[in-house]
Amino acid sequence: MVSGDDADAALLFRETALVHLDDVYTLARYLLGNAADAEDATQECFLRAFKHFESCRSDAVKPWLFAILRNVCRAEWTRRGSAPTPSDAADDGAAAPLWMPDTATPEAAMLRRLDDETMRRLIAALPDEFRETIVLREVSELSYREIAEVTGAPVGTVMSRLARGRALLRTAWLAAEQEGLSA
Amino acid sequence: MTCEEANVLLHALIDNELDAGHAREVEAHVATCAACAAKLKTYGDMRTALAGANLRHATPAGLRMRINASLPARAPRKADRRMLLRGFAAGSAATAALAASGAFLFVQSGHEARLLSEIAAAHVRSLQADHLTDVASTNQHTVKPWFNGRLDLAPPVVDLTTQGFTLLGGRLDYIGGRPVAALVYRRRQHVINLFVAEGSAQTLRPRTEISQGFNILRWSDRGLDLFAISDLNADELREFGEKFAAAEKASS
Repeated sequence: MVSGDDADAALLFRETALVHLDDVYTLARYLLGNAADAEDATQECFLRAFKHFESCRSDAVKPWLFAILRNVCRAEWTRRGSAPTPSDAADDGAAAPLWMPDTATPEAAMLRRLDDETMRRLIAALPDEFRETIVLREVSELSYREIAEVTGAPVGTVMSRLARGRALLRTAWLAAEQEGLSA
Repeated sequence: MTCEEANVLLHALIDNELDAGHAREVEAHVATCAACAAKLKTYGDMRTALAGANLRHATPAGLRMRINASLPARAPRKADRRMLLRGFAAGSAATAALAASGAFLFVQSGHEARLLSEIAAAHVRSLQADHLTDVASTNQHTVKPWFNGRLDLAPPVVDLTTQGFTLLGGRLDYIGGRPVAALVYRRRQHVINLFVAEGSAQTLRPRTEISQGFNILRWSDRGLDLFAISDLNADELREFGEKFAAAEKASS
């Protein structure tokens, strides 16, 4: 038998937290790199979120959910050890190395529009900490302050990760353009 | 400012996260440094391309059903939402700790909060008797030309009556000592003030903020900064923003 209070809380939870399901699942996909793990993590995230719903602020539900998701993912990262192999990133097996320094490419190189799938793949192939920050900013649309809250890093660190992450993304982007031209 | 500093801060400029002083410093550096100017352009283009792409993953229907099923069933009676909302913790210990650690640096410093609070104050002012509109008309072709000669910018005015947002009129207002256009819409009994000010050339996607208990939806488009503020809930305010942008695009 469900008490009225539980049902009231569930109603509020549906209206304020569950509306962010797509955001949470999307972030889980980028953090964990495959659909099966992302589904498990998303479900666990919402279970925990409902249990601790009273600790949530009404004006920051999305970052709060993301912080919970991140804790859930941390367990999975630990289980995998230090070498996660995201399959979302490896669709064609030919992605350019992303850890190349940013200096080789001409500064004024024009970026051309890539298709959505290629952009998703390039982001998915970024190293963990840069991928997380880039996704929170470009896909989840959080402010720097919210990203800092979710990741537990100072705003200054968020800024430098974003700068580095975008530099890596640009290098990969230009390489993908080259591939496109030569294909 | 050195190139090394600019390399980090130009991203904050693109993301509209710098206060006016630091934004000017970055712009001044970029004006004299071709390499950093090229980077600003490239990363700006990249951000625009990412913003225009669909980078999200759709939630599988099965997952949605499983999560829904794990929650207690819907309430047999209507929940008193105001009561429940009051149950939300009012402040955030995390935010306070972050502020105390000095982690904010100059990002989102007083400037941003002050701007939002001035917008909230202007909204409250407008709700007092006879302050809402200088030109009262539901006709966009009456409201738009009224701003001619009163402001340097021509605010986009669209009629959204058929979409549930009635145009009430327009008014000249001041935010941070600068004249701005205020367009007034109504959704049921909720008034929406849409403030339109001259802004940067960056296009920024809509973002929801809260100031003094009001929801504020802000975005930047074609050199204009737009702020929609109302006591309307955040979802309907976003709906307003989407319909406004769509109607504006269709009419221009």
